[in-house]
Amino acid sequence: MNSNLRAKGLVILGVILLCAYFIFGIPKSKDEIVANFRENIKLGLDLRGGSHLVVQIQIQDAFKSEADTVMERLKEAMAKSGISFGSMDRNDPQSLAEADSIAITVKGVPLDKTGPFRTIVTEQFPQWNITALNSSDYQMGLKTSEALALRKDTVERAIQTIDKRINGLGLTESTVQQRGRSDGEAEVMIQMPGVDDPARVKQILSTAAVLEIGEVRDGPFPSLDAALGRFNGVLPLNSKLVQSTSRAGEPGESYYVLARTPVVTGRDIRNARASRDEFGKWETDFTLSQDAAKRFGDFTERNVGNRLAIVLDNRVRSAPTIQSRIDDNGRITGASSEQEAADLSLVLRAGSLPAGLTYLQETTVGPSLGADSIRQGFIAGLAGLIAVVVIMLIYYKASGINATLALVLNAVILIAALGYFGAVLTLPGIAGVILTIGMAVDSNVLIFERIREELRTGKAIPAAIDSGFGRAFLTIIDTHVTTIVSCAILFLFGSGPVKGFAITLVIGLLANLFTATFVSRTMFEWQVARNPRMESLSI
Amino acid sequence: MEIFKNTNYDFLGKTTPFLALSALLTVAGLASLVMKGGPKYGIDFRGGTVTYVRFANDPDEDRIRKALSANIQGEVTVQPIVGANEVMIGTELKSEKELDQARQKMLETLDATFHPGAAKPDFHRMGVDRFVETLRDPLQKASVALSGEDLRKLAGEVLDYRNTPPRSGLVRSFDELSAVPGVTPAIINVMKQEMSLAPFVVRNFELVGPKIGEELRWQALKATLLALAGMLIYIGFRFEWVYGIAAVIAVFHDTIITIGLFSIFNKEISLTVLAALLTLVGYSMNDTIVVFDRIRENLKLLRKEKFSDLVNLSINQTLSRTVLTSGLTFLTVVALWLFGGQVLNGFSFALVVGILVGTYSSIFIASPILIYWAERVEANKRSPVAVAPAVKDNKRDAPRGASPRKTKAAK
Repeated sequence: MNSNLRAKGLVILGVILLCAYFIFGIPKSKDEIVANFRENIKLGLDLRGGSHLVVQIQIQDAFKSEADTVMERLKEAMAKSGISFGSMDRNDPQSLAEADSIAITVKGVPLDKTGPFRTIVTEQFPQWNITALNSSDYQMGLKTSEALALRKDTVERAIQTIDKRINGLGLTESTVQQRGRSDGEAEVMIQMPGVDDPARVKQILSTAAVLEIGEVRDGPFPSLDAALGRFNGVLPLNSKLVQSTSRAGEPGESYYVLARTPVVTGRDIRNARASRDEFGKWETDFTLSQDAAKRFGDFTERNVGNRLAIVLDNRVRSAPTIQSRIDDNGRITGASSEQEAADLSLVLRAGSLPAGLTYLQETTVGPSLGADSIRQGFIAGLAGLIAVVVIMLIYYKASGINATLALVLNAVILIAALGYFGAVLTLPGIAGVILTIGMAVDSNVLIFERIREELRTGKAIPAAIDSGFGRAFLTIIDTHVTTIVSCAILFLFGSGPVKGFAITLVIGLLANLFTATFVSRTMFEWQVARNPRMESLSI
Repeated sequence: MEIFKNTNYDFLGKTTPFLALSALLTVAGLASLVMKGGPKYGIDFRGGTVTYVRFANDPDEDRIRKALSANIQGEVTVQPIVGANEVMIGTELKSEKELDQARQKMLETLDATFHPGAAKPDFHRMGVDRFVETLRDPLQKASVALSGEDLRKLAGEVLDYRNTPPRSGLVRSFDELSAVPGVTPAIINVMKQEMSLAPFVVRNFELVGPKIGEELRWQALKATLLALAGMLIYIGFRFEWVYGIAAVIAVFHDTIITIGLFSIFNKEISLTVLAALLTLVGYSMNDTIVVFDRIRENLKLLRKEKFSDLVNLSINQTLSRTVLTSGLTFLTVVALWLFGGQVLNGFSFALVVGILVGTYSSIFIASPILIYWAERVEANKRSPVAVAPAVKDNKRDAPRGASPRKTKAAK
């Protein structure tokens, strides 16, 4: 055997070992082989089950709440400086595109206070532009640069929160990423392979989890009218009307009048967990940060005997009477199950969403369907492969073995490369595999037909093999490069599934260039070297 | 074994019936497309929801349709899946606002129709967490000793059993679960007390907002057209422009016929079908290039041969490989079509059609275009037209491009 052939053999052996390593790692036991295989070869959502979500962050929510805060502070500042005003309102942008149009209108500022009012706005709210509508009315709009910053900040915070919530669920393989497209800066793609209770995940994601704890001014009232009637239709200054959640065994809905500014909010929460109360009912306990604990302690001390409302997502969850000073802990009662209490503690820990979420896309593949797809895909693949191998063996006799080995090695390299790159195998990916197998078969057929032709012209076996491979190589390069070119373009411009197809196909084609032209050829050369005087080639 | 040995069929002398067949298929497909107002897009391109629901018994499609139509706006389609007690329910989504409730509405309606008044949680919808939580306390009360860890493990096994075929997500009675090791009659009793069994299970749910659908459609079209352009340029560079154009026209022909057949058979074009269409583009292109490559090679060897004879010879020389490769790939795809299950059905159908059409188009579409072009160039050469020499120069370039030296550099 010549040294050239030996070197080629070593290269092939090296590739096989490397592939085995990428697929199975270095297993120490039988179980580990299977475990490593599962670890390295990841199946996509469509094959193993799981959820894929695309949500849109309703940025306008953040703009509205920013305007609300500014209005509160502006009212305070004006009261301090003794500036009266007729009314203060903001508009209500309904969609993402309109978010930037947020505007606060202040009407009825006395003429002689124009100067001080303008000073307050420009000094204390430099992020806002002010324009006079007429002599006493003004409109404030968010500056363009500030609006941009607020958009960006909202998206970042929302993504962080979503990420924390998903991680809190223990879905370690999931990914949360911003979706890239021209106007898609507010879209987030969440992939959660293997999730078995997608409804719960959606519930957790869509909870805004805005927690507020504040003073109860009055209530509960059985209806909105009753509450307003108590104050002759006009709420006292700095207070707001909040509905309570209806619970089993209690009168349907009721309303509370609360202080507008809460004492502590969700941002002050240090930790939260699910636990049981003295009656064995599930609840969520939380602890406050040091700073907030001091504030809360002072407030509860001053208000012993009064009531306190725990408001979650703009609904009063409970309104207990303050018995004594409370420092750093509280609880939210009324969970119907441990899971509900645990989920609430999870979202409290992860923090509130700065804006609401809207679902744009969801794909949920149940675990049973994934299992069916894998099984059916496997049977189909196996049936196809067996048919191909049998026909190759019949048609090309002993050379069919070469082709089969090259084909198997091609598949092995493809799987190993998927494992190495951490790519996931999806249905479109399987399409890529099928085309790869088709082209691998084709390469072998091309080569063998060519060798046959060369033999027919009366060439000696080594020469026929040589020129057969040489001639077919040109064709193979052209077919492969054409497909790789198109895959590169599909990868650049296509969306998720199309990309998966392109990647798998490119890897498969590169592997095929190696197996069909190098490995298969080495096998032929080895046959010739073993038996230099062979009379006929089994092809 | 050899089937085709030194064949000499006159393929290109008999193009007329084949061209007529192509024209017929194309026109039929286009007519169907026009009549139905464009291709029937899957929800991933159109916006809407698709839900696969498996039932314990043969599902009553009319009842499902009626119940859903009463609660959900727009057209509701219910399609049975042959061979399983399963239906595919499609609904429309007109506005982005409906997206959040779509899933909930679907489940509520199914519950109200087929599983009314069930207060206990449904076993089919449970994940491991919920399963563990539902059973933990009742098991303790029933004095079944199981540590938290053991219960989780058991939950995993029970749900795996539920999810694997032939159950595929649906059990008819809790007693079936006694087949899972570790599940005792006492545990089954507790499950019966604490859980309900809906006579259906949602196996797959897809929802796509109309805006995203439109965007995906455009993106897919753009990527495909650009990919074709890329191939055209590469082939133009390696061969000659007319080869690239002929190959792309052939591929276009295949795609149009396949899409037309999808329209005629009322099949939906989804993202997965798109992947299949891309596969068939790659496949058809591959087939065409193999023939072209042979033509290029023969152009060097047989300079005196008439071009159409040379093309015919090339087709004959590659016939054996064409039939074998196509036959083998066709087998794989048919296997996929037969055994691949519902999810792969549209996908494999596209490939079955694609391979047949793709093989045929290399011979009967791409090659005649080359000949037609060559004959026109020939005719122009005799009559004094300026374009001819330029084209001829090109042709002389092409074989040089195929020399082994240059190929190695390309590699």
